Amino acid sequence: MAGQGPTPSQTVGPFFGFAMPFPDDTRAVSGDGVRIEGQLLDGAGEPVPDGLIEVWQGEEFARCRTDPEGVFHFVVSKPPANGSHAPHLELYVFARGLLRQLATRLYFPDEEAANAADPALELAGDRRATLVARDEGGILRFDIRLQGEGETVFFEL
Amino acid sequence: MSAQTTEEAFEPPYLWPAYRSTVLRAPKQPLVRLPSEWFHTIPGPVYGRVPVRPEDADLTRQHAGEPLGERIILTGRVLDSDGRPVRGTLVEIWQANAAGRYVDPSDQHPAPLDPNFTGAGRCLTDAEGRYRFVTVKPGAYPWRNDHNAWRPAHVHFSLFGSQLSSRLVTQMYFPGDPLIPQDPILEAIPDPRGRERLVAAFDREVTQPEWALGYRWDIVLRGRDATPMEA
Repeated sequence: MAGQGPTPSQTVGPFFGFAMPFPDDTRAVSGDGVRIEGQLLDGAGEPVPDGLIEVWQGEEFARCRTDPEGVFHFVVSKPPANGSHAPHLELYVFARGLLRQLATRLYFPDEEAANAADPALELAGDRRATLVARDEGGILRFDIRLQGEGETVFFEL
Repeated sequence: MSAQTTEEAFEPPYLWPAYRSTVLRAPKQPLVRLPSEWFHTIPGPVYGRVPVRPEDADLTRQHAGEPLGERIILTGRVLDSDGRPVRGTLVEIWQANAAGRYVDPSDQHPAPLDPNFTGAGRCLTDAEGRYRFVTVKPGAYPWRNDHNAWRPAHVHFSLFGSQLSSRLVTQMYFPGDPLIPQDPILEAIPDPRGRERLVAAFDREVTQPEWALGYRWDIVLRGRDATPMEA
């Protein structure tokens, strides 16, 4: 096996909902944290009701299956800046119709100066705004558009 | 062939119209490439919150009775690209029952549910990177990709590895399945050697006499330290 390259990816399919969730899977921290809410949307602007989003922040990990409206949510600690890199979360999107996961990042709206200097946001160019969450009264809103108008920036794996 | 070319030929594209669900879900903009050193390194088993009990590795003993179907043992090693075992990593599986029906309420295939089978398992790899599950062989089932589409029997696998970039969700297939060559999900992998990598091998040494058929399937995870491969 070794020497033949990595095992290929396949879609998570539609039927993981009885297997992948676990208790308190959406809360990466037990105490206070940042609440993130978003909607996963397809190229027709329709909700993706069978998606799975995972988020990483340091040693924190959370997982959320989207609901029938494509909505997901997390509670995660806000990370510190790291050198020239602004604070951000790493997200993976899995769904029926995604033969491989998609990788994206969530940046924080109250970090304007750090975001302006962040090299990954710079590479995202004129679509960088899709990577910055919006503050909606203490909750961070972060929609993920898989395709089309306002398509979220995704990164190579 | 360069490392990149080999790896890309082993991975399915996002847009694969023969698999209809990709059409509205594949990004249209090119993916942005980041230098590998910017990638987040998982400093420990972040998935440690996922509960793993010993009984989670035996899908035939999660209910009062035994599930119907062909009892099987699935085992193999999880390796990094250098062939080193990936120890203590979480392996999650899920599958249809022997009749080809998932317990998931969104599965409407009119095949019977089995009250003695859920079809979800978890384990951690051992010091040699080995995982082992006891389960029943899943059945094929129809899906609506075209008017008479059937998925080959498969088991879904989810793995973490030591880095964010080693995260893998995939499917394992069974050797000799006549549905394999016409499955658009598997056929999306460009290189036939890549497709073969997802097919387990029947193994008499894993097979237990008078008890269960054995299948062996090794998994190689990506990583930013992966040694370049020459095809």
